[in-house]
Amino acid sequence: MTSLLHHPARPWAEGIALGLLVAFPLLMLRIDEPFYTVLASRILIFALAATSLNLLVGFGGMVCFGQAAFFGTGAYVVGIAMHHGVTAAWITWPLAVGVSALVAAVIGALSLRTRGVYFIMITLAFAQMIYYLFVSLKAYGGDDGLPLMQRSDLPFGLDATVDEVLYYAVLLIVVLCLLAVRRLVNSSFGRALQAIRENESRAEAIGFPVFRIKLMSFIISGAMAGLAGALVANQTQLASPALLQWHQSGMLLIMVLLGGVGYVYGGVLGAAILLLLEETLSSHTIYWQLGLGLALLAVVLFARNGLLSLWNRARA
Amino acid sequence: MDAIFVIEQSLNGLQFGLMLFLLAAGLTLVFGIMDMINLAHGSLYMIGAYLAAALVSYTGSFALGIVGSLAGTALIGVLLEVTLLRTLYQRDHLSQVLATFALILILNEVVRLIWGPQPVALNLPEALSGPVELLPGLTYPAYRLLIIGIGIAVAILLYFLVSHTRVGMWVRAGASNREMAMAMGVNVRGLFSAVFAFGAALSALAGVLLGPLLAVQVGMGESILILAFVVIVVGGIGSIRGAFIGAVLAGMVDTLGRTLLPMSLRAVSSPEVASNLGPALASILIYVLMAAVLFWRPQGLFPARG
Repeated sequence: MTSLLHHPARPWAEGIALGLLVAFPLLMLRIDEPFYTVLASRILIFALAATSLNLLVGFGGMVCFGQAAFFGTGAYVVGIAMHHGVTAAWITWPLAVGVSALVAAVIGALSLRTRGVYFIMITLAFAQMIYYLFVSLKAYGGDDGLPLMQRSDLPFGLDATVDEVLYYAVLLIVVLCLLAVRRLVNSSFGRALQAIRENESRAEAIGFPVFRIKLMSFIISGAMAGLAGALVANQTQLASPALLQWHQSGMLLIMVLLGGVGYVYGGVLGAAILLLLEETLSSHTIYWQLGLGLALLAVVLFARNGLLSLWNRARA
Repeated sequence: MDAIFVIEQSLNGLQFGLMLFLLAAGLTLVFGIMDMINLAHGSLYMIGAYLAAALVSYTGSFALGIVGSLAGTALIGVLLEVTLLRTLYQRDHLSQVLATFALILILNEVVRLIWGPQPVALNLPEALSGPVELLPGLTYPAYRLLIIGIGIAVAILLYFLVSHTRVGMWVRAGASNREMAMAMGVNVRGLFSAVFAFGAALSALAGVLLGPLLAVQVGMGESILILAFVVIVVGGIGSIRGAFIGAVLAGMVDTLGRTLLPMSLRAVSSPEVASNLGPALASILIYVLMAAVLFWRPQGLFPARG
């Protein structure tokens, strides 16, 4: 009997998936469909953002409706730094992580006083503040967003303007982050976090510093979302207010729920399904959101804890 | 001149606040009684405005358009409640947020399919399009006055319904302790369908009344929905009185912030800074209000649950 709180490595499946992901751009170059590499990068980036949210929602039981704030902040930090001539990835990407973590620390310290619905709403409120703040910065594009003149300069003279190079950079970062997330949820910190999710009063009675653990995970989650934002700004060469909008927070939540709340790979699966669905539906009809809405509704009604839970139920 | 300007803006704030109240009243009851987050409430507001636009252009009568749209939206609300939302009451908030978010996407597209992507015109009746002189030197659009009147009338009606009738007593009992109310024999399920229909009609009323002032377009319900949520969280979930005070407060803060803040900023700083910073601060103000209220009173100003 394995523990429900333990999230084991699956070396075989993970090795095969990694192998396929590494081979993917080469394969696409071979069949002359480089567009799919761009799409795959996008999926990986959103997988990272959704995973960061899953850490909060799935493992900490904190339904944050403002994850877009950190995602968009990361994008804008890269954009604004580039606007002022700082293009090196090794400076701006960690800067994006740091600023997002700082924003998350402030928002978390204030929001985590509330619970349940009030927490959902206060995180939404803070995200809206950040959104309006960036929209009003006319010097940085306002409503239209801030276009990036180029992509960040990667270390070792790698050229990020080549889509395949950016893909591998994204893949490396996402894999490292996923490993870190699994390590984190299996550590004593992660166990404490899951204990808080199950019963906050008990966790507190046992002696866990509940508030500090929640705030720490909020900051880690925000930092990771900020990193994803830095990547998405590079990929699309635009720091867009749409990244900060509450729709984006909703979409990230949907990815988490679609894939599986509280599964390490839930965010990855959800991002892949949602973006692929969007891609296929939107190429067939302009009313693709109708199909998307119906699909989401079906998942909420019939696959209660996401698609990974169906898989686990079938195996049980 | 300045005093008149402030009065005018205060009336605008009151008018906006009362419309927010129409949306928030239904939302807070749904939220309070069934503990259900319904993001699709804003879609009912949109549907109400579209139905009214269609009916007004078909019948030519604004009053007929209002009545028809309220009835139609209430019917759609009940249909949604019976077929879909009812299955969500027992689920966690996350599922409710996502299911109703999916519903927003669906209803937006359905409206787009029926009425097309262009905004639809909802014209004022001729008699109401002119201004009225309230005080010497203070003229105010007649239509906005009508909105204020209707808003206040609905607020009084709701107050009477909730605090002086048997149904209202059930509603309050359901909001303060659902299990206990059920144990005492209140038909919470039937009550909820009724409350939902009523809430749908109120949000449609807000949509119809604001339709001529704002644009009737797809997605119109979403920005105002967020504000309505701010209102009910500030006021305390499940409380009509809280929704009223929160709505007027939010309407005032938002409207006055948008006009007075840039003006006062211009007085103390350069026009450039003022024109950049003013609108930003004004849009943020309402969320600052909410964060501040939640910080000091995490259950809102008038919590319904003891």
